[in-house]
Amino acid sequence: MLSRGLRLFVLASAFFLTVFLITTDRSQAQDSTTAAADEEKPYKIEKDGTVDWATFSGFRRFNSECFVCHGPDGVGSTFAPALIDSLKTMTYEQFLDVVTNGKTEVNTAVQKKMPTFGTNPNVMCYIDDIYAYLKARSDGVLGRGRPAKHAEKSQEAKDAEAACMGS
Amino acid sequence: MAKRMPASRLLLGLAGVMTLWSGAVLANDDLLKQQQDAKQWVMPLGNYSSQRYSALDQINAKNVKNLQVAWTFSTGVLRGHEGGPLVLGNMMYVHAPFPNTVFALDLSKGGQIVWKYEPKQDPNVIPVMCCDTVNRGVAYGDGMIFLHQADTNLVALDAKTGKEVWKVADGDPAKGETGTSAPMVIKNLVLIGNSGGEFGVRGHVTAYDTKTGKMVWRGSSMGPDADTLMDPEKTTELGKPVGKDSGTATWEGDQWKIGGGTTWGWMSYDPELNLVYYGSGNPSTWNPVQRPGDNKWSMTIWARDADTGMTKWVYQMTPHDEWDYDGVNEMILADVKVGGKDHKALVHFDRNGFGYTLDRVTGELLVAEKYDPAVNWATKIDLKTGKPERVKEFSTEAGGEDTNTQNICPAALGSKDQQPAAYSPKTGLFYVPTNHVCMDYEPYKIAYTAGQPYVGATLSMYPPKGDENLGNFIAWDAGTGKIKWSLPEQFSVWSGALATAGDVVFYGTLEGYLKAVDAKSGKELYRFKTPSGIIGNVNTYEHDGKQYVAVLSGVGGWAGIGMAAGLTGDQEGLGAVGAYKALSSYTALGGTMTVFKLPD
Repeated sequence: MLSRGLRLFVLASAFFLTVFLITTDRSQAQDSTTAAADEEKPYKIEKDGTVDWATFSGFRRFNSECFVCHGPDGVGSTFAPALIDSLKTMTYEQFLDVVTNGKTEVNTAVQKKMPTFGTNPNVMCYIDDIYAYLKARSDGVLGRGRPAKHAEKSQEAKDAEAACMGS
Repeated sequence: MAKRMPASRLLLGLAGVMTLWSGAVLANDDLLKQQQDAKQWVMPLGNYSSQRYSALDQINAKNVKNLQVAWTFSTGVLRGHEGGPLVLGNMMYVHAPFPNTVFALDLSKGGQIVWKYEPKQDPNVIPVMCCDTVNRGVAYGDGMIFLHQADTNLVALDAKTGKEVWKVADGDPAKGETGTSAPMVIKNLVLIGNSGGEFGVRGHVTAYDTKTGKMVWRGSSMGPDADTLMDPEKTTELGKPVGKDSGTATWEGDQWKIGGGTTWGWMSYDPELNLVYYGSGNPSTWNPVQRPGDNKWSMTIWARDADTGMTKWVYQMTPHDEWDYDGVNEMILADVKVGGKDHKALVHFDRNGFGYTLDRVTGELLVAEKYDPAVNWATKIDLKTGKPERVKEFSTEAGGEDTNTQNICPAALGSKDQQPAAYSPKTGLFYVPTNHVCMDYEPYKIAYTAGQPYVGATLSMYPPKGDENLGNFIAWDAGTGKIKWSLPEQFSVWSGALATAGDVVFYGTLEGYLKAVDAKSGKELYRFKTPSGIIGNVNTYEHDGKQYVAVLSGVGGWAGIGMAAGLTGDQEGLGAVGAYKALSSYTALGGTMTVFKLPD
């Protein structure tokens, strides 16, 4: 019981710290609830189903780099968690941390090991896109498979990609 | 053969070429003889011909309906269990996925554990295994059990005690090199292939001395002739010499160095021809636009001299792959009549959806037909040139980067993956576990980083239009290239088949059923739901005059990724229909071996 309480305490501290960081980051103009809401909806989906470029790009990258373990469309596999569930509780910062630095949970019952993608441009250059896509999936506003319609790739996105990928 | 161990060690002590030669002959004779003994199961695919056929007939088409569970055994590991146990005399050897535990069980003492080996491996190898931490089994030879670990270490264990005799690293997991395949022992050599095609790893098969673990030869899938072990004049493809440095000539610049063509499937051996047969996998990356050329010798059937590794012949099935159709599936050696003429044949069910029959002496292409009617990326294979006639609509190269090419059949999983087929010399039919899956494929530009995934394509997979089933279990005539019968299965059939002289064919399903069907008609005769989904291979053996059938269950592997049957649309996935049809509503994790017998 003690260890469970301790874990909850750590989780809670992490949560408050995150909220604090987000709020301070936004120059304290907004209250914490609005800021958190913005952070939680990094995607845009029009009424006709058109998704923004970032979400579409995230779909492409996820179903290439990540799906071999986390399953198509983030539904999970027999050996890696369903990210459509994980992102219901995971913050952006925690997500970024795990993708960049990896995570190890290896014992007699489980052999789970998330690699470190910090040096992989195919992942890191698109990390916000992947997050946007998974968040849309996790919020239940985007179904399985390829989004039927998507917004054009903006010049800004093209420039950012070229700068990050070095080509 | 246990008695031969000290003898051969003594010989080794005397040193010299003569000694090695004598040892070689002993080991060779031993295995050559034992692979013909139906009471045992001495190599993962049953015998050197990889037929997965047993002459045992105590369990037959009439009485198989009475089959019952004799005993079970838990491996204590949760992830995907491929391969199957070996049986040598009173001993059974059972392996598990990472951490690659091996158990030796004494069948005469109710399966008591004689020894257990559990290697210590760096868990960092786990995420560089593209599709679960599977292992396809151990090999036996020369009084030793050979284990090819996830971290590429090849370990020789004393079959009696489980003590480590030697250990050698075949590759570097930090670069994405891993081990999943079962070794094969031929004479005084133990051969292994490597995994890591999704990490830009260059494939090779390596032969190590069974006594010392010293590397004897290594043949790469691409590179200069010195690496591929090819002779520009003597090595042939469809009867023509391959020419100088054919393993670099069809690549741009140095791309062959990260060219893939890993060799993670099965091997076969013809003792008379002294040739070892296997296939090489996909070229890296999955984006075809980024690697112009035929990308030789990825996607190739290889015939190498077992002693030297020199290549006798090759045949590239899918030049310049655009779909991830690895050529690694098993090569079944059998006598097949084609057009009224008998051939020493090699039969191979490729991921690309074509069932190939070749003359295994010359490498001549005899038959190449679709073993799933859904296959659409090519209309046919030209038997003269060996080239597939591609359909532009389904070419991801023609579609180009950032274009989603749709409704390609088969999917990247292939019409069949590594799950090995069986051949019954009695019926003359091949029994093939298949996938019935199509895909959308969108290639895009990608950068290479050592030890990081090097994929470069986005995929969606689903059953062919109008179909609900993701798999079929079929009977195939390799002489004519025709399907005899086909049993639809809800999910891909990811388990290795077993054919027996009792006219029963066995296979497992992803829901966890072990099924027995009539070898002639395909009629289902028996089914039993094991503790988890089956991606292992069914084996049989005899102990104390009684025939047993054994299979590992434990869902996982690529089959274990969240694929849902009947899921075609965007909307369906959100509803109850998609959820109901997901594999996870049928089975859960856990490695168990189930052994069956007839009632006493």
